[in-house]
Amino acid sequence: MEASQAVRNEDNKYRLQKMKNKTIDTLYAIFRYALVIGISYIIIYPLLMKFSVAFKDKVDIYNPTIYMVPVHFTLDNIKMAMDILHYFPLLGNTLVFVIVTTLLTTASCALAGYGFARFNFPGSNVLFALVILTILVPTSTLMVPMYLHFRSFDILGVIHLVTGKEGVNLLNTYWPSIITSATAIGLKAGLFIYIFRQFFKGMPKEIEEAALIDGAGGVKTFLKIMLPNAVPPIITVVLFCFVWQYNDTFFTSLFMSESALMPIKISTLSAQANALLPGLLGVAAGGGNVKADPNHVAMIIDTGILLAIIPLIILYLVVQRYFVESVERSGIIG
Amino acid sequence: MNGYKLALRHKRSLLGVAFIFPWLLGFIFMFATPLIQSIKFSFSKLTVEPTGFILESVGWANFKEALFVDATFNRILTQSVSEMVLNVPMILFFSLFSATLLNQKFRGRILARAIFFLPVILASNAISAAETAGLINLVGDSSVVSEMGEASSTYNIMSMVMILSEIGLPLSFVDYIVQAITRIYEIITSSGVQILIFLAALQSVPGAMYEVAKMEGATAYESFWKITFPLVSPLILTNVIYTIIDSFSGSAVTDMIFSTAFTTQNFGLSAAMSWVYTLIISVVLVIIGVLLSRRVHYN
Repeated sequence: MEASQAVRNEDNKYRLQKMKNKTIDTLYAIFRYALVIGISYIIIYPLLMKFSVAFKDKVDIYNPTIYMVPVHFTLDNIKMAMDILHYFPLLGNTLVFVIVTTLLTTASCALAGYGFARFNFPGSNVLFALVILTILVPTSTLMVPMYLHFRSFDILGVIHLVTGKEGVNLLNTYWPSIITSATAIGLKAGLFIYIFRQFFKGMPKEIEEAALIDGAGGVKTFLKIMLPNAVPPIITVVLFCFVWQYNDTFFTSLFMSESALMPIKISTLSAQANALLPGLLGVAAGGGNVKADPNHVAMIIDTGILLAIIPLIILYLVVQRYFVESVERSGIIG
Repeated sequence: MNGYKLALRHKRSLLGVAFIFPWLLGFIFMFATPLIQSIKFSFSKLTVEPTGFILESVGWANFKEALFVDATFNRILTQSVSEMVLNVPMILFFSLFSATLLNQKFRGRILARAIFFLPVILASNAISAAETAGLINLVGDSSVVSEMGEASSTYNIMSMVMILSEIGLPLSFVDYIVQAITRIYEIITSSGVQILIFLAALQSVPGAMYEVAKMEGATAYESFWKITFPLVSPLILTNVIYTIIDSFSGSAVTDMIFSTAFTTQNFGLSAAMSWVYTLIISVVLVIIGVLLSRRVHYN
């Protein structure tokens, strides 16, 4: 009798404990969802606002009862922003530029990363320390010499020797970016070399030795064995490089301030919209002093920003899953 | 036999040099040369000519002008550096917190991750420049824009300050927390890469460790501080350095250095400014590096 009482007591205690645990778990889950949803909302909110603005009609700006969903649905904003930006030629131009520099950067950084990870040559550690130095020195320090350098571009005076001129002016061409990315010194290249080096360091040595015994040379081993296995860091670097290159204003405004590239056009969109909007609306036909409605200009700017980032968002949606997984395995963490 | 081995080793090291050759070329011509030139520029007066430039040595005059004559440089410099000092701990705390959150199993985790890393994609100077330009255009005055930015977190900050100081927290700490809350958007959007790095670190912590801790009766709180934290601590250093470097790009000082060079054409002064900035950042990096690497746990 007493024994069964004790068992029942124990049972009750156990059940109570279980219930307590369950409530704590549920409360924690609710708390966690609240946090995750809250933070996600903060991140997505500006994007949602831009979507809402893009489809809004001009009259809707002055209607205070409209929060997100427009009453007068229209595509005018998108059309106008596209007109002002010359969107499709601009996008094509930018994409070609970004893809070329991304491929060059990835290739040169993969080579350098492999070289630093797998070969011992005199001074290799010192040289790798210099790679880290390139990450640490702010780009603004190199800005003026680089600018002057590309203004009269000449390596070791070769061009001066051949043509007698003081080098070539490469400003406002794509060459500065192409040269820097092909030589693994461009935008955040130090970080990419670091990522590749960490990954190649983690690959088992035996694979290489087996390839060597089978008669593959160093270059062949790299191309046929190491690169196909290095998909995770390649995805990471390509995505980072693409996005940062696409968004970069520093180098583009320094070297190519007059080129038709997305970041430059977007950062001057405000002035352009102000100047062109009356003409597009047909109100400045008399050539009079008609000013654009600032609210309308703001709308066009928001739409333009949305148009600029949409290719990135689409790209991100496509590769997003690989991206997170690849970073987990790419050896960013060493 | 011995000679053959040596030759192979020699060949290997030559091959290694061949692999890093593109980088080496770039480093010498696009990094080392400009770096040395930039030191030279900071001690000279530079005049740009149609075909090249002329240097005229002026000694320390550029540095003197940057530090003692120029009206705004000191202010902007201290402001940028102190802002960075404030931001770094907030970003670190937030990113470690989000990484732990995203590492847990719950429904919709994949979606949550996708959203949390969106700022990595969207962080762009061009976009933020366009946005502020749009706002300035709208209200006609840049000072109003910054005021609006502060007011746009419609939340009543004063009540928060009252509550926190009622609890008895020191006022400077309250100030810090309130700042963190008003700048939450900025903090979230600049911690994408850091979250990624922490998340990668968390994934590499063996799950068996948590199981053992749980069997021994450790609470979630204890297992975080005794297992998770020590194992991700090496990445804290990485993240601090990344965050500091990241704050270079697009800071007010960088903008000022840029405009000094290309709007007022004062290249020497600009080079001097950038070197002052570089030196200050390096000092900060060294101090933080030494302080942190003493505490970091390596396994």
